[in-house]
Amino acid sequence: MTPPQRSAELVASGLRVEFTTRAGRVAKALDGADLVVRAGEVVALVGESGSGKTTLARSLVGLTKPAAGEVTWDGKPMNRSARGLKSLRRQVQLVLQDPSGALNPRQTVYESVAEGLRVHKLVARSGKTEDELVAAALSSAGLRPPEGLFLRYPHELSGGQRQRVLIAGALAVQPQLLIADEPVSSLDASIRGEILALLLRLREELGLGVLVVTHDLGLAWNIADRIAVMYLGRVVESGPTEEVLTSPQHPYTQALLSVVPEMERLEPIVLRGEIPDPTRIPRGCRFHPRCPALASGEADEVADACRRTSLPILPSDPDGHRCACHLVASRARADAADEVSA
Amino acid sequence: MSTATLLAIRDLHVSYATGEGPLPAVRGVDLTVERGQIVGVAGESGCGKSTLASTVLRLQPPSATVSGEVLFDGHDVMTMRWGELRAVRWAGASIVFQGALHSLNPVHRIGAQIAEPLLVHDPSLGRRSIDERIEALLDQVGLDPARARSYPHQLSGGQKQRVMIAMALACDPELVVADEPTTALDVMVQAQVLGVLSGLVRERGVGMMMISHDLSVLAELCDRITVMYAGRVVEEGPAGKVFSAPIHPYSGALSAAFPRVGDPAARFSPAGLPGDPPDPRNLSAGCSFAPRCPRAAEICLRAEPVLTTHLDDRMAACVRIGQPDPLREPTEVAG
Amino acid sequence: MTAEVTAPRLSPRQLARRRRVASWKRGWTRFHAHRSGMVGLAVLVVFIAIALAAPLLADSSGLDVTQADGPILHAPTAGYPLGTDENGRSVLTLLIWGSRISLLVGLMATLISMVIGTLIGLVSGFFPGWVGRIFFRLTEWFLVIPYLPLAIALATVLGRSLVNIIIVIGVTSWPGTALLIRSQTLSIRERAYVERAEAIGAGRWHQMGRHVLPNVMPMIFANTTLTVAGAILAETTLSFLGLGDPTRTSWGTMLDSAFEVGAITTGCWWYIVPPGVCVVLVVLAFTLIGNALEEVLNPRLRGR
Repeated sequence: MTPPQRSAELVASGLRVEFTTRAGRVAKALDGADLVVRAGEVVALVGESGSGKTTLARSLVGLTKPAAGEVTWDGKPMNRSARGLKSLRRQVQLVLQDPSGALNPRQTVYESVAEGLRVHKLVARSGKTEDELVAAALSSAGLRPPEGLFLRYPHELSGGQRQRVLIAGALAVQPQLLIADEPVSSLDASIRGEILALLLRLREELGLGVLVVTHDLGLAWNIADRIAVMYLGRVVESGPTEEVLTSPQHPYTQALLSVVPEMERLEPIVLRGEIPDPTRIPRGCRFHPRCPALASGEADEVADACRRTSLPILPSDPDGHRCACHLVASRARADAADEVSA
Repeated sequence: MSTATLLAIRDLHVSYATGEGPLPAVRGVDLTVERGQIVGVAGESGCGKSTLASTVLRLQPPSATVSGEVLFDGHDVMTMRWGELRAVRWAGASIVFQGALHSLNPVHRIGAQIAEPLLVHDPSLGRRSIDERIEALLDQVGLDPARARSYPHQLSGGQKQRVMIAMALACDPELVVADEPTTALDVMVQAQVLGVLSGLVRERGVGMMMISHDLSVLAELCDRITVMYAGRVVEEGPAGKVFSAPIHPYSGALSAAFPRVGDPAARFSPAGLPGDPPDPRNLSAGCSFAPRCPRAAEICLRAEPVLTTHLDDRMAACVRIGQPDPLREPTEVAG
Repeated sequence: MTAEVTAPRLSPRQLARRRRVASWKRGWTRFHAHRSGMVGLAVLVVFIAIALAAPLLADSSGLDVTQADGPILHAPTAGYPLGTDENGRSVLTLLIWGSRISLLVGLMATLISMVIGTLIGLVSGFFPGWVGRIFFRLTEWFLVIPYLPLAIALATVLGRSLVNIIIVIGVTSWPGTALLIRSQTLSIRERAYVERAEAIGAGRWHQMGRHVLPNVMPMIFANTTLTVAGAILAETTLSFLGLGDPTRTSWGTMLDSAFEVGAITTGCWWYIVPPGVCVVLVVLAFTLIGNALEEVLNPRLRGR
């Protein structure tokens, strides 16, 4: 066991985010989610649409107010006052989806990147001039020579360049953690690798922690140290990427992995139906209506629990491989019992 | 009944007239689709694949200049008379458009929208036979027939995409062109939709041309893949081989953009190309891929490479295939 | 990607200013292409020139009733190109000097209206919750009050002076602007770049001032010109109804006086037609300019 080190950690515990639909029902975008992200590691938050991954990312920087649960940064609970949020956002930066909408069309690249510096008044403290800092941020994001881009407007840039400008804007305030929401899904396939390589470089050279929110398992395999799989507002499986993606335990993860195109290792398990309405989360295990293990009879021994007993929130174990599934839990208990008796 | 190839595109050139001069979208493309075969067209923005799809039904904009042949069942779509073209449109070949989420009319029910092409082709159809047909179509794409009475906003993304496919099948076409059918969909819904598409081909012998930027999806579904770049074909061959063992550097880059989960070599080694897909108006002399190519050499800048057969049943347009890699720095690229 | 090579290295702010100047020039070229907008601009420039050059064009003593020595309500002659009023003053002199008041009142009232309307529109659109709701209710309340009775009531209470007229018009015409600004603010507030500013750590006021306001400005700009037209018309109406400043001549007071002396029934067209035509021309000019501006500025609004 490594001795506990004081590295910056962003922890979400039991977050619940609800909103009321127009029909008057309560939709649970997040229903008890736990996550840990540390500086110096890349974590992939994977899920389909409706899983709550974007809501979780936004809650981590305080853009969405949770109904319950808490977010802790560096050991201290999130301070929701204006000053507290501002201080948090200096250290945890969110890079939004859709680079073409996220940049103010009337601001030049220089102004977009300098905005963070001005808001947090970082120029005076650093001993350098503002344009030196902006140039440094643009260079770190791979845009060279940076001065050439100072006066460009967003519509004059390509998709990849806009994404880099967004990342540069986040880097300018020198955060410890970066949260990237679908950083490459709107970009052309052949340039995605460059942006992903940039994120890895930031981890290497600056020691940043990165939380990547994505629906793409291949991306997680490509750059993530750890992965957390979400379904309908909760994390259902989490652990080191290699372990989770080569030997997934949760039936949902198994199914998801099996339908990735050209996944020759696994027999495709195509789930029927779609992710249920977040206003009507199934009782018991939220995945049980679509669970292939339950349907095939494989999970008969715990079928009752699957249908009635809801699972506890997966504890945010930063290093282990955890899974929220009655079947997996009962098998683990059986194994442990065997070991004891053997 | 006919033994001719279902779709044969020969030396197609399409150029748009814009305010800043002609924009060559397609520059000499050959493509064939046989009955019961799925052909994939892979490429990114600006490569001309959507333009290619529109020419199959002569749907390219009026400002476009077209040369070459688009032979549907032996007859050139470009020179057909209007009556013949109308018969081909939807009953011979149909298109599943990109962006299904926005292609459905929000104020009409699903059933009415599927019925539309039926009525256009045969206005005499009775209410009962239309309803039966709609039920059969929805069933075929895996939707509950009761959905015919829903409005588009009541359906999810995956369901809307399936409605688009049902619409494309309404008049029993022989060829279906699917333009980025699964791009905005989750991976599980994508698997369901791909299942529907491959079922179509298996059960009804429909020929399909599928367009996507996702080479892994094409490799999963298609028999053959054609890779396009800057309006030309750069590689063509059996789907699995093009994905797993590409011979053109661009196909290689496109394939590497979709890393295989479980492949240790893909851990922490994201591979991408520098620069951006080219602007069709500003193509460099010689090979249009040279500015971004990791294997570019002096010879590449002299002339646009011609599509030639390499190996068995594979074609590629690159002069550097088989040549030794010189030990040199990669060329300065516009980053 | 090419680097911009500038021989002396200007600071980014100076370069940014140059870019802004260049974009103004582009906007002007586009406006220039609008025939109707240019016509409106030309007409407006003429009227403003007349108003500014009034002392040069007609001696101010011509306004003094005690010094008037012309014939009463006489048709146009060589000495009095637009005839005389009931006091023997030259109508042309009145018209020229009246342009000052009409334009001044129109512009000042618009200023008040735009300032109030923009502030309230921005606040009600940007701040969610009860703050926004209160301001929105305020806007709706004022909007529903019938404009003319309110204007008359206010003018009666405040008394007949120029400043009061300006206040009255400003205070009764802001709700329309506020509604427009509010709806534009609501839509811009949802844009991703405003959220990005929040994620960076910017507070509400920064978001509003640096992101929402600059993107709402084009609409404010275009709307202002249309509001001026309305304000001038409003001043004319109020003056015509007898609420204008009796010591100052405006086109509206001219119409009022003409009406009172029965110029219509006696056929003194030179007293009624010129001020009416001037009002119409100026209002039309502003409207044409406003429409052209909206078309020019709109591509930007679409998030270019």
